[in-house]
Amino acid sequence: MSKQEDKKDRRDFLFTASYTVGAVGIGATIWPLIHQMNPDESVKALATTEVDISQVEPGKSITVLWRGKPIFIKRRTSEEIQEAKSVALKDLPDPQKDEERVKEGKNEWLVMVGVCTHLGCVPLKDKGDFNGWFCPCHGSHYDISGRVRKGPAPKNMEIPKYEFVDNNTIKIG
Amino acid sequence: MSEHEYVPKSKAGKWFNDRLPLLSLGAHLSDYPTPKNLNYWWTFGGILTFCLITQIVTGIVLAMHYVAHADLAFESVEKIMRDVNYGWLIRYIHSNGASMFFLAVYIHIFRSLFFGSFKSPRELIWIIGMLIYILMMAAAFMGYVLPWGQMSFWGATVITNLFSAIPLVGESVVTWLWGGYSVDNPTLTRFFSLHYLIPFLILGLVVLHIWALHIPGNNNPIGIDIKKPSKDTVPFHPYITVKDIFALLMFMIIFAGFVFFSPNVLGHADNYIPANPLVTPAHIVPEWYLLPFYAILRSVPDKLGGVVLMFGALFVLIILPWLDTSKVRSATFRPMYRQFFWIFVVDVLALGYLGAMPAEGVYLFLARITTIYYFLHFIVILPALGFLEKTDPLPASISEPVLTGGFSAVPTRSDKIINENK
Repeated sequence: MSKQEDKKDRRDFLFTASYTVGAVGIGATIWPLIHQMNPDESVKALATTEVDISQVEPGKSITVLWRGKPIFIKRRTSEEIQEAKSVALKDLPDPQKDEERVKEGKNEWLVMVGVCTHLGCVPLKDKGDFNGWFCPCHGSHYDISGRVRKGPAPKNMEIPKYEFVDNNTIKIG
Repeated sequence: MSEHEYVPKSKAGKWFNDRLPLLSLGAHLSDYPTPKNLNYWWTFGGILTFCLITQIVTGIVLAMHYVAHADLAFESVEKIMRDVNYGWLIRYIHSNGASMFFLAVYIHIFRSLFFGSFKSPRELIWIIGMLIYILMMAAAFMGYVLPWGQMSFWGATVITNLFSAIPLVGESVVTWLWGGYSVDNPTLTRFFSLHYLIPFLILGLVVLHIWALHIPGNNNPIGIDIKKPSKDTVPFHPYITVKDIFALLMFMIIFAGFVFFSPNVLGHADNYIPANPLVTPAHIVPEWYLLPFYAILRSVPDKLGGVVLMFGALFVLIILPWLDTSKVRSATFRPMYRQFFWIFVVDVLALGYLGAMPAEGVYLFLARITTIYYFLHFIVILPALGFLEKTDPLPASISEPVLTGGFSAVPTRSDKIINENK
């Protein structure tokens, strides 16, 4: 190896090393500017809500706010549960059994995020072609289990993480 | 070009110009040779500049009174309307100004489509223009969110949710945009910040737009290349400035008509209801200038597909200079394109109408037809026309058809003036 080539290789190494350090430095500087837009700890801390459900009659539903989103809590009648169970999975765009969407032994209670999975509107209750919910924004129909049946929504309405604290109280989040 | 020869008369002017040639720039803008046959469709550049400045000035003033907070925004807007001196006027100019801005930009864009102004060598002017248009839509959308009414809130929810269609990272992107788990105060404050920023980005792009225009010079109604300066051109000042000012005055009459006589006709009554995250308004539609894209979004029964097609509708516009294969610019000499141009205008207007209607039944069916035609126009018709169409013969210069009686004539006066100027 001649002296000149040797010099060139060393210079290339210095260039590459400088660019790399520079890129890492710029990345490390940009990240705080991007991450500041993500939810902060105080927003994350509001992540659980307890709800008293003792006043909800069969066939009725209530709506509560959790993380800024409406949560539908529906007490279903036995006919409605029967109807939800009788749907064949092949008729569903996002196949899911009704049993997977409720707590075992508590299948009269349907607790879900009342947000259309299309573009985030709040569906209207007791509307649409499937006795469930209907989204007025772009026409998605949901059944009595909150599963999408028709329209542009790709998924069933989301089931949040929740648990029964006792028979009359549920804790969402 | 004349700026190289320009020498200020006064000593102070020369001193300044040697150090910062702003006076040369002014002389260039004033003498800038412009095709003498520009019609009134060419006055919208000036009108758009006026619109941008109006929005910036009224916006800065509104920001002195507006409070960007989910609990206070709605009240502060009402305070502007009721208490702030002339607040109602300034806000109505700002909100209707957005609509007037889009009205002007749509005429400006269709002018370019008809006369082929987007074609070589003006592709970059077109692309910069399209970037301005996209930024305008972003600014208008974020501005509409600021009053924090029902339409503000649900418009923001629907539009930000478009990004949840992105595979894998969609949900994280939306959470990042919101700064939470739904549209809320962090969303409002960042939209305010960006709404203030974007007009200045647009201003920067406008400078580039005009700079890029001044390299090849203006296209003109017959779309042929002309020598500059020559008897086919007139200096920008006073010929074009006077014409632009007259057109601007006509435009301001319409603008004032909206502001003073029907300031809310282009808005939605629902936006005078404070934002409520529990109830979506029964009929939610965006502002009129976004309706064609909204119709395209809704016409697709698949979430990702709808979002892709909606952004695709903008993308085909950006690459238009390479989709239109015809070498002839002006539709005046393109008998087939002329027909398709008007069909396309009707198609876009129909999309706008359908975007305002509920997405069901015959409306949905028609929205699908018009969406397909929109893309057909860009992806099939325009490329094919360049090969199939037999164009009419082009005149050798702007003056030629006039002097030989090919066009209706009014030319002698301006011809004489130019010759006298030489």
